[in-house]
Amino acid sequence: MNVPWLTILMVVPLAGSVLVAFLPKGRGLLAKQVAFAFSLVTLALTVAMALQFSADSAERFQFVESHPWIPAFGISYAVGVDGISLVLIALAATLVPVVILAGWNDVDEGSRGSVKGYFALVLVLEALMIGVFAATDVFLFYVFFEVMLIPTYFLIGRFGGPQRSYAAVKFLIYSLVGGLLMLAALIGLYVVSAQVTGTGTFDFGALVGLEIDPDLQKLLFLGFFLAFAIKAPLWPFHTWLPDAAAEAKPGTSVLLIGVLDKVGTFGMIRYCLEIFPAASEFYAPIVIALALIGIFYGALLALRQHDMKRLFAYSSMSHFGFITLGIFVFTTQGQSGSVVYMVAHGLSTAALFLTAGFLMVRVHGSSLLSDYGGVNKAAPVLAGFFLVAALSSLALPGMVSFVGEFLVLLGAFERYMWVGAVATVGIVITAAYVLRVYQKSMTGPLKPGLEGMRDLGGREVTSLVPIAVLTIVLGFFPAPLLNVINPAVDRVMSTVGMTDPTPTISSTGTSSEGSGQ
Amino acid sequence: MSAPALVMAAEVQFTLPSVNYYAIAPILILFGAAVVSVLVEAFVPRGGRRPTQLVLVIGAIVAALVVTVDLRGTRLITGEGAIAVDGPTLVLWGALLVVGLLATFLMAERSVDPLGDAFAPRASALPGSEDEQQFTKRGFLQTEVWPFLLFALTGMLVFAAANDFLLMFVALEVMSLPLYLLAGMARRRRLLSQEAALKYFLLGAFSSAFFLYGAALLYGYSGSVNFVILSETLAAKPGEGTLVAVGVALVMVGLLFKIAAVPFHQWTPDVYQGAPTPVTAFMAATVKIAAFAAMLRLLYVSLGGLRWDWTPMLWIIAGLTMVIGSVLAITQTDIKRMLAYSSIAQAGFILIGVVAASPEGLASSIFYLIAYAFTTIGTFAVVSMVRNASGEATSLSAWVGLGKKSPVIAAVFSLFLLSLAGIPLTSGFVGKFAVFSAGIASGAAWLVVVGVIASIIAAFFYVRVIVLMYFSEPTEDTASVVIPSTFTTIALTAATVMTIALGVFPQWLLDIVEQAGVFVR
Repeated sequence: MNVPWLTILMVVPLAGSVLVAFLPKGRGLLAKQVAFAFSLVTLALTVAMALQFSADSAERFQFVESHPWIPAFGISYAVGVDGISLVLIALAATLVPVVILAGWNDVDEGSRGSVKGYFALVLVLEALMIGVFAATDVFLFYVFFEVMLIPTYFLIGRFGGPQRSYAAVKFLIYSLVGGLLMLAALIGLYVVSAQVTGTGTFDFGALVGLEIDPDLQKLLFLGFFLAFAIKAPLWPFHTWLPDAAAEAKPGTSVLLIGVLDKVGTFGMIRYCLEIFPAASEFYAPIVIALALIGIFYGALLALRQHDMKRLFAYSSMSHFGFITLGIFVFTTQGQSGSVVYMVAHGLSTAALFLTAGFLMVRVHGSSLLSDYGGVNKAAPVLAGFFLVAALSSLALPGMVSFVGEFLVLLGAFERYMWVGAVATVGIVITAAYVLRVYQKSMTGPLKPGLEGMRDLGGREVTSLVPIAVLTIVLGFFPAPLLNVINPAVDRVMSTVGMTDPTPTISSTGTSSEGSGQ
Repeated sequence: MSAPALVMAAEVQFTLPSVNYYAIAPILILFGAAVVSVLVEAFVPRGGRRPTQLVLVIGAIVAALVVTVDLRGTRLITGEGAIAVDGPTLVLWGALLVVGLLATFLMAERSVDPLGDAFAPRASALPGSEDEQQFTKRGFLQTEVWPFLLFALTGMLVFAAANDFLLMFVALEVMSLPLYLLAGMARRRRLLSQEAALKYFLLGAFSSAFFLYGAALLYGYSGSVNFVILSETLAAKPGEGTLVAVGVALVMVGLLFKIAAVPFHQWTPDVYQGAPTPVTAFMAATVKIAAFAAMLRLLYVSLGGLRWDWTPMLWIIAGLTMVIGSVLAITQTDIKRMLAYSSIAQAGFILIGVVAASPEGLASSIFYLIAYAFTTIGTFAVVSMVRNASGEATSLSAWVGLGKKSPVIAAVFSLFLLSLAGIPLTSGFVGKFAVFSAGIASGAAWLVVVGVIASIIAAFFYVRVIVLMYFSEPTEDTASVVIPSTFTTIALTAATVMTIALGVFPQWLLDIVEQAGVFVR
């Protein structure tokens, strides 16, 4: 049976967004309900698809579809998922209904930008996020990668805070710079494939293992890598992130940092490593250095932030350092850990931004830490969820982020002991800033003015429960996640190893490539 | 010069040139209609002129289009080597005619301005004079614009097919002179319009003279004005570099002026701003197609052997054009001037395809030209609809918050801007992709990198307009969007559809330009 699962997953939210956009004016509630329903249907379909995914299939990609699109340039509409993209699609499909529910009252009728516009854009973004992870044609990936900018740009620029326009333009320009660099590399890759194979192609399967001249490979790698490094973002390409995260609605920030930025790290592991294995190895020390700098830079700045949203943005930057580190140490544990970390970070970011958002609606939209204190007395449920989110962010054992972080550090230790050792210090700072936020906002005497603060309502609790449950369940029992991810990571490792006859990976115990040295 | 000509006249029996009339029928149809159109001006009573002219113009363009489609597959040189009708010619003719038709619709628009169409009721009346007010009050229309349009379009068709320097020069003049006049006929802000016309004329006349001088030098070198003979001479007599180099350089000045490449671009912002907006749309879209068509034929057919001499020159010009066009566009506060600088930058992108000097380069340039032409018609159609009490509101401050007041038009305009910026799923992206890949394949990777950098700069000012329209609240200066008649609606719809269609499903046009093959020699 050939159900075009992935296409359906994209068409459903897209159809929902069209429906929402064409609802009559003034039917804000209906728009929310329709958007929520469509996002739930998408989630249900995603679950149905995921249940049919077979982790130990011999095929690289499952649920494959391929149709020629622009044959003149060897471009096709080709989608398929492996374990890595499956979990990221599942993450996106989970977070969208959560965000819609949590942001139910974020946009009211009459304020700038219409309600239906906001929810239509969120659904468009969901379709594009699924597309970008599902694409197995590099050109198709690029198209999704770029087009995603447009709904995000409007989500930030139309519905954000006072500096939203500045933040939106900064986000767009940074992303466009990265995207166009990637375009140049993409065209270069196409020309190379035409020279090597006779006909140019963008098919990922055909591009993997393409013999590319090492010097050229380094240039092409840089084009792709810079785009991903800006997206993720790595130090020093990060300055757009705090602005965008601080100005956007909490829901937008969740999608932006929780899912969209994962496209960067996903792109590194899928495209940079597999298409340019030699260049990846060549640049690995530099990338690892940037990742380490990012871990500390983000964490140290987070320690000094007064604005919660900016703080979470910097903390994310630190986490992205860990994810990138795991990818570029070239060990199975490191890379599996990175993918788990991507999911974990998506969940913890969602929890943090959404609880912060709930706090903010209660105190005139302020996100300054100094405006809060002793919230756990007035709103214990809110404080409880905030604590879970905070602990998940600092990777407490028993949380899914612990699994990811631990594996990344393990992988790093196996490859370069000192890198692992240095990165571990980052965890300490993470704990420091996370606990500082909790302590300042939730504990201590109740801040004057917060006396009448409402605790979380039913809708708000409903939106946070799935995240908290996933965080804890997957933390204690990560097997479903790892079973899906590990075969995919093994494949990435063997692709990188295959084109590299003398791998410099030291024997890692579980990874099978450690034949050298 | 006169002595050999006399000798030739004495020796050679004069024979009637053989012409395949059907192959050049599109030109003849337009030319015939242009002549009839002049007669209409002379003999049809004033009230009947506009409908008659419109039927004539639209009928002639459609008839020429039908013949062009019927001619597909034709590949011949006729008129004693002067006219080449081949795949690229026919594709470009088709593009010129379709885009010309859409521009005709824009020029025929009478609903957006309460005073009438976009043209001065009497171009001869002094701006601001009593006469002018009288003519306006009595509702006069300047219907001479229609013969001008037909002559200009005729010239463009010939320009795209000209296979020798003499015919190319004639075509250059036939297409340019009516444009100079059209540029000066704006109904509102007439002094600006007349200034634009004069500037365009003076600089255009200069560049024509350069072209002619260069053509004469090349004639002196090869003994013929024919492109094919020039290329054979170049192959037979290498080494006589100076005459050829100077000749080629001067001819290229003339052509680079027409496509508005740096450093021959200074006229563009003034003319684009001053000319009546429908004329700007017509000029921006079609002149670029015609001039690039001529340049491609000249470079590929007759100067292909000199490729290593002209590519470095064009590399530099392409790079400068992209960067300078994009950078200067950032500083503009008038939407028409901004679009003018953007058109300069776009010319630079197309030059990447030209300078690739390969079949892919040819196909990608043609694709880019067609994609760009439709988007351009669309952008200026929107500009002509955004108005306030004193006419078109071209100052960017009048576009603030337009997204709130007119969401549909703002969305359409954003689409065009995104296409010009080269965002995927728009025609502009496919065009950029095509020329960039042709450029990299021809070894000009660094030029593509410059192109990418210029695209980033350009994206900034395109996006800025979107920011203005959407992210700011409307002020009291914000213009309104006037509901146009069917004419503009058709043109705008066609431009929108093509911008999306060529972005999402570009294969059919890529097939057409690929099957068009290379120039006949």
